[in-house]
Amino acid sequence: MAKEYKTIGEIAGPLIFVEKTEPVGYNELVNITLADGSVKRGQVLDTSKDIVVVQVFEGTGGLNKDSGVRFTGETIKLPVSSELLGRILSGSGEPLDGGPRIVPEDRWEITGAAINPYSRKPPEEFIQTGISTIDGMNTLVRGQKLPIFSGSGLPHNEIALQIARQAKVLGAEEEFAVVFAAMGITSEEAQHFMYDFERTGALERAVVFTNLADDPAVERLITPRLALTAAEYLAYECEMHVLVILTDMTNYCEALRQMGAAREEVPGRRGYPGYMYTDLASLYERAGVIKGRKGSVTQFSILSMPGDDITHPIPDLSGYITEGQIVISRELHMKGIYPPINVLPSLSRLMNSGIGSKRTREDHKAVSDQLYAGYAEGLDLRGLVAIVGKEALSERDRKFLEFADLFEDRFVRQGMEEDRDIETTLDLGWELLATLSEAQLTRIDNKYIEKYHPAHRNKSKASTE
Amino acid sequence: MEIKGEIYRISGPVVTALNINARMYDVVKVGNEGLMGEVIGIKGEKTIIQVYEDTSGVKPGEPVIDTGMPLSVELGPGLLESIYDGIQRPLPVLKEKMGDFIQRGVSASGLDHNKQWEFKPVVKKGDKLEGGKIIGTVQETGNILHRILLPPNVSGVVDEINEGTFTVDDVIGRLSDGTELKLMHYWPVRHPRPVKNKLRPTIPLITGQRIFDGLFPLAKGGTAAIPGPFGSGKTVMQQQLAKWSDAEIVVYIGCGERGNEMADVLNEFPELEDPKSGRPLMERTVLIANTSNMPVAAREASVYTGITIAEYYRDMGYDVSLMADSTSRWAEAMREISSRLEEMPGEEGYPAYLAAKLAEFYERAGRAKTLCGDEGSVTVIGAVSPPGGDFSEPVTQNTLRIVKVFWALDAKLAQRRHFPAINWLTSYSLYGRTLDEWYNENISTEWTKLRSDTMNLLQREAELQDIVQLVGSDALPDDQQLTLEIARMVREYFLQQNAYHDVDSYCPMINQYKMLKAILTWGEKAVLALESGASVTNIVALESRDMLAKVRFEKDIDAVLDTVMKKADEEFAAQTQQR
Ligand SMILES: Nc1ncnc2c1ncn2[C@@H]1O[C@H](COP(=O)(O)OP(=O)(O)OP(=O)(O)O)[C@@H](O)[C@H]1O
Ligand SMILES: [Mg+2]
Repeated sequence: MAKEYKTIGEIAGPLIFVEKTEPVGYNELVNITLADGSVKRGQVLDTSKDIVVVQVFEGTGGLNKDSGVRFTGETIKLPVSSELLGRILSGSGEPLDGGPRIVPEDRWEITGAAINPYSRKPPEEFIQTGISTIDGMNTLVRGQKLPIFSGSGLPHNEIALQIARQAKVLGAEEEFAVVFAAMGITSEEAQHFMYDFERTGALERAVVFTNLADDPAVERLITPRLALTAAEYLAYECEMHVLVILTDMTNYCEALRQMGAAREEVPGRRGYPGYMYTDLASLYERAGVIKGRKGSVTQFSILSMPGDDITHPIPDLSGYITEGQIVISRELHMKGIYPPINVLPSLSRLMNSGIGSKRTREDHKAVSDQLYAGYAEGLDLRGLVAIVGKEALSERDRKFLEFADLFEDRFVRQGMEEDRDIETTLDLGWELLATLSEAQLTRIDNKYIEKYHPAHRNKSKASTE
Repeated sequence: MEIKGEIYRISGPVVTALNINARMYDVVKVGNEGLMGEVIGIKGEKTIIQVYEDTSGVKPGEPVIDTGMPLSVELGPGLLESIYDGIQRPLPVLKEKMGDFIQRGVSASGLDHNKQWEFKPVVKKGDKLEGGKIIGTVQETGNILHRILLPPNVSGVVDEINEGTFTVDDVIGRLSDGTELKLMHYWPVRHPRPVKNKLRPTIPLITGQRIFDGLFPLAKGGTAAIPGPFGSGKTVMQQQLAKWSDAEIVVYIGCGERGNEMADVLNEFPELEDPKSGRPLMERTVLIANTSNMPVAAREASVYTGITIAEYYRDMGYDVSLMADSTSRWAEAMREISSRLEEMPGEEGYPAYLAAKLAEFYERAGRAKTLCGDEGSVTVIGAVSPPGGDFSEPVTQNTLRIVKVFWALDAKLAQRRHFPAINWLTSYSLYGRTLDEWYNENISTEWTKLRSDTMNLLQREAELQDIVQLVGSDALPDDQQLTLEIARMVREYFLQQNAYHDVDSYCPMINQYKMLKAILTWGEKAVLALESGASVTNIVALESRDMLAKVRFEKDIDAVLDTVMKKADEEFAAQTQQR
């Protein structure tokens, strides 16, 4: 058993400073015993011959200089097992569901090693979410990391749940699992997720980690790492396709900022640590597909943009790491449109490899590009009309203005339980494009116009009849 | 005897050691596992080390050994087609040794030391050689002849030189002072390799990207920056340059970016053909991938590893281009290390020496007369990722003070799917004039006029757009409405270029000239038609206009342009006759 020290020299926020220890390893797991016998866990942040700095996950409340500190000699590990499926755990991995302790098949380091880029297989398998704005215009593929950029009071949770319910790979019957990590969300929000998982039977195939708003903030720094470790185990050992939902990354980043302040670090932009990019990358990059292995890890994280500001460091640094983003719009939400996804700032960088003739349909890219261009143009005109009035518009421009309205009302808007397959989504796109004159469809090859444009389709039908 | 010190403190990638007397930038082995590190500071008793691998579990008191060597790369045949991490460890070797995930404490040399190469000498016994001279050749890949160079700091008289099959460790000859000659040598990455003298950059790097070659050209040996917010197209453009630019050698550094992007390059490059030689692109490429989740200290080193390799091929007389995606992640690595050292921070927490480091790096670009007497060049193109897309931040600003070409990516254009999302109003190239002579001789004497007409048209459009924002386009007089329509054609038919379209992805320089000329000629005809009474509505509805839109997707454009322009003549004639 490791030696116990009672040499805490200083306690500051979530940190304790331990003196006169034997050599202690960087990043080691630490157990701290309080006077009442309860045990808290921590991690070594800085170690030297004179002083060891430990961050305490459950917070330093109740600690004093007499608390006993034990260095475990190993870094933090998660007991992993396929039995994790169906379980609900705390933000630091303790069972919360009254079930038995997890009997580990192995114990994995939660920091997770980087995948060798040479071992990665470029993601390319289309995941159909049943949501037109995603499937049609910001296609998700297996192994991608695609976050939702949202704001307070917007229905990002509903969208995440709808995706978790409907996501499927066409024509494949494969083992899948959902790993859900809640960081600093309210218990009401957590309930909402749990209720939906139970209602749909998804819980059986899920592992849930919950750190709630009133749980210690430092714990949030390990919650997503536990979740991703569980996901990697299920993916790479148990050969499952794992969808990881992390919510809310903003709370994670706040905890990171808090820790930085406690360590009196020089802050970077807007008070967030200068290493936040690297830290976030150590989470987001844990998505992917590995050559020669069956499973995969796909990440769908949710973050709320403080003040709806996409240039805020949290969405900004996330966007620099993830492979695109789905942006939720307050304006569309106020108009009563669900899901209020604004396609213009949204992007899926891996879309091109996931669509086309063998994966979705040959005209997919062209339809998507044309819908973008049309909607963008319509929105510009909407801005203009507000100044100069509709009368100043040409006939062509008026068409585009109407197109933007139609697009929001028919393509963007859909029901919470409405699961549109990709054909439906693309056909709907064509129906809307048909309201524009054919000469305006400059992004679409003539051969697709002849094949898919409703006017031509009807013609070719008529001629065969 | 090696000097053994011990670890005093560990804070992430920064380790403090006692009792070693290492020099700055010496490589040291840290801890029981011998993790690789580099001395980056000396403060009294304490030696500060940045460690290139994860330091979890390392304890104070563990040993530190000074190798006495600065951080160096192995230079010799076998660099091409490789993929390295930031400190020149081949990723396939790491995979073989430790599996799909990167563990630590594994060393791997940059070159394959077992591979045999066919060496043909070009010098003979008695030849007197200066440093950097070519002593022989090895056919490195299908298309690239590797010139074996005497290291720049070695000179003497050849005593012995042998033809035959050798590994990079074998002795292939000797100088009269006994110096052994080999196919490879080491070079410290933080030292620029010397050249005889630098030359003026007067030859364009042809990229096949219309907005670059057409409006904001880069010279061979020049420097360019591509700043832009996330998702605006930095990586796609860097990859386009790596694929299509007419450099002979490409060094691509994925510096602190995504793993999947590197996987993509690895997947695609062996399949793609170099438009010039028809050989797989991979044969002329060296990849360096230190992704965002790999150790930051190795990320810091990656740009130096890359540029040293680039300089090495320049020294053989090749035109090399180097892409670094993203220099901001490199700067952030410097910031991370600097803050661990508790250095006095400069602007936004970056170290005060940020500007100096950026300048030193870009200074290593250039066209030069090499020590071997040939001409070679290193062109450097750095992506910059400004926080919040705000170009006033320190990395962008300090970069712009150095580089000669500024390709400004614009989030608004990207959102509108106008790709490449390069803003034509704010971007610039300071090489324009220096290159004009080349265009006159190699493309057409009309080219420079065509370019300035295009720029003027786009400027004019911007002015008119300001008015439209106030009064609507219908309020503009006809000739101005027509100007807007012609400018739109330039933007949509010429400036836009789809990187994912088989044909459109790469546009030969001569085709660029023909396309631009056709569009502007059509515009002139349109203006004449308007003057002789045709209406704007009718003009923009002409079929020849729609035909022009699709020229960029055609492989053989001569025939197509011919048809289009004939059609245009007919249509315009009909327009004026109707009156
Ligand atoms: N020339 C182009 N042709 C077609 N699509 C493009 C082009 N340039 C960019 N895109 C689109 O924009 C997306 C984002 O581009 P890219 O990944 O290069 O952005 P980035 O600036 O490197 O972002 P980050 O800073 O986050 O790495 C691509 O996935 C692609 O869909
Ligand atoms: Mg990029």
